[in-house]
Amino acid sequence: MLGEGILKGLWETAKNFTGSYVSADRLTTVEYPEQRIAPIEATRDFPFLVFDEENRDGGDPVWEAGLRCVACQICEKECPPKCIYIERSKDKKLDYLGKAQYYPARFDIDISVCMSCQICVEVCPFDAIKMDTEFELSTTDRFGGLLLDREQLAKPNEYYHKIHPAEAAGVDAHLAEEKVKADAKAKAAAEAKLAAEAKAAADAAAKATGEGA
Amino acid sequence: MTDSYRVGALANDKNKLEGWNRPPVIEPDGEGELLEVAMGPHHPSTHGVFRMDIALDGERVIRLKPVFGYLHRNHEKIGEANSYLASMPYTDRLDYICSLTNNWAYALAVEKLAGQAVPERAEYLRVILGELTRVQNHASSIGFLIQEMGASGTPLMYAYREREKILDLFEAITGSRMMCNYMRFGGCRVDATPAWLDAARKVVAGLPGFVDEVDRLLSSNEILMARTQGVGILRPELAINAGVTGPMLRASGVDYDIRKVDHYSIYDRFNFRVPLGDHWDVYDRFMVRMLEMRESIKILEQALREIPGGPIMDPKAKIRGFRPKPGEAYGRIEAPKGELGFYLISDGGPNPYRYRVRPPSLINLTVLEDMALGENVADVVLIFGSVDIVLGEVDR
Repeated sequence: MLGEGILKGLWETAKNFTGSYVSADRLTTVEYPEQRIAPIEATRDFPFLVFDEENRDGGDPVWEAGLRCVACQICEKECPPKCIYIERSKDKKLDYLGKAQYYPARFDIDISVCMSCQICVEVCPFDAIKMDTEFELSTTDRFGGLLLDREQLAKPNEYYHKIHPAEAAGVDAHLAEEKVKADAKAKAAAEAKLAAEAKAAADAAAKATGEGA
Repeated sequence: MTDSYRVGALANDKNKLEGWNRPPVIEPDGEGELLEVAMGPHHPSTHGVFRMDIALDGERVIRLKPVFGYLHRNHEKIGEANSYLASMPYTDRLDYICSLTNNWAYALAVEKLAGQAVPERAEYLRVILGELTRVQNHASSIGFLIQEMGASGTPLMYAYREREKILDLFEAITGSRMMCNYMRFGGCRVDATPAWLDAARKVVAGLPGFVDEVDRLLSSNEILMARTQGVGILRPELAINAGVTGPMLRASGVDYDIRKVDHYSIYDRFNFRVPLGDHWDVYDRFMVRMLEMRESIKILEQALREIPGGPIMDPKAKIRGFRPKPGEAYGRIEAPKGELGFYLISDGGPNPYRYRVRPPSLINLTVLEDMALGENVADVVLIFGSVDIVLGEVDR
């Protein structure tokens, strides 16, 4: 019969229309600014720079001294749309391993160019750059307002833990492991140095007594 | 190549429209002037920016010239200037509805070039994500096709409701809904957690219900049948000669699915069949996409059941400083829209010497004039919608 298929289809739409009154999970629309859906943990949009709260080098302000970035410029080179600009510092500061490292005197990301691919995060050997989840970034100034400098990019490690808990815990464990290794190495080196000094002193003493005899 | 079946045996003959004859086409009498119409580039039916210069005699299409390139952004040259890895996020932006299959095709080409092995679990993850991509692409492409027929919204919104669930899965594993940038040379970037696999199983369990719903809503709808049956016929000879691939070619009755022909990845292990059209019209293209969704759900169920543990990256794979030895490779997959291929020539440097994309959307579009000649101008929109293109891939 002509029209049967249409009636069958209308029955489907009727079921959908009334279904949302009886079952809450059929209500798919979220009234955005008032209601928000829970963020998904893996979400990414733009990169930010992680800094550790503890003030390592006695410098001020805290975010600058705690930045994990050592200005190695790998992310700048690997960035597909080339939206990262880094200037390396002239002097060095101590990093969390107690090693003297350069730091970024300038670190700019043009987020109007950035395409959120997270290749910078993947290639960073220092876990210094991570992806943010902040998406309400509209601004009236499309040039300066979207060119973020290192102060705007710097966010504490606590913030990273808040947005990506599982990932951040993994990174912290890895960094702690590195620190333990570095400490053990430093301790071994110091002990070796002490032993060498003691040996040299003993040798010198032996020599002196030998000469005296 | 025996694992295929005809759409007609299942649906097309059952859903034959009785008691309805297409209005007769008024033959041009050779008098009067042709009406030239430029449809697009900013027309809601053009899926982006695309122009059709049509010459009409009354309602009849006498000539159709597709004009594209409005969205050209130098994809291939950028690929040659950038490192192999840096081209991966750019492939997301080719066919932006199905970024994961684009990633896959490019990763496959580079893996062929470098002789890179892929671990078992990564292959399963690729199949799962690729087939989810196919389901959401076909769902939204059916929605758009029906919308172009005048059913503004309802079927498209049903498709988008389902697509949303799949995009949430993508976001949970890759971090992004559409610009996934997920696959790497020699594996995948992030592993799927057990919770993600459970969520995927839940979504896949709900998909057959959705396909049934769309089937009941549309397949036997008289308006849809009157508008699409016998419209936009693409003969198999022409389809093969023009290099048309994907659901378009299979709707023309040619048994050609790269998953079956090329045996790439691990598709040999899954039990699925290839639906083929036998009336070669717009309705068959709609029906082939419907049935392909069902086949994809079958693959998904098998893959999610069998997925093994293990690493997701080959230990020999390199992220930085990747320099394949000189040579060339062509990697192709059955993307939702057809054969998506990447052709790469390496001269041993950090970036490809030549980077070429074989986009299914562009090549399927070349037969648009042949399908539209002699049809009514209102049906041109429909025929164009049944090709299922994304302008990001056509123009690159």
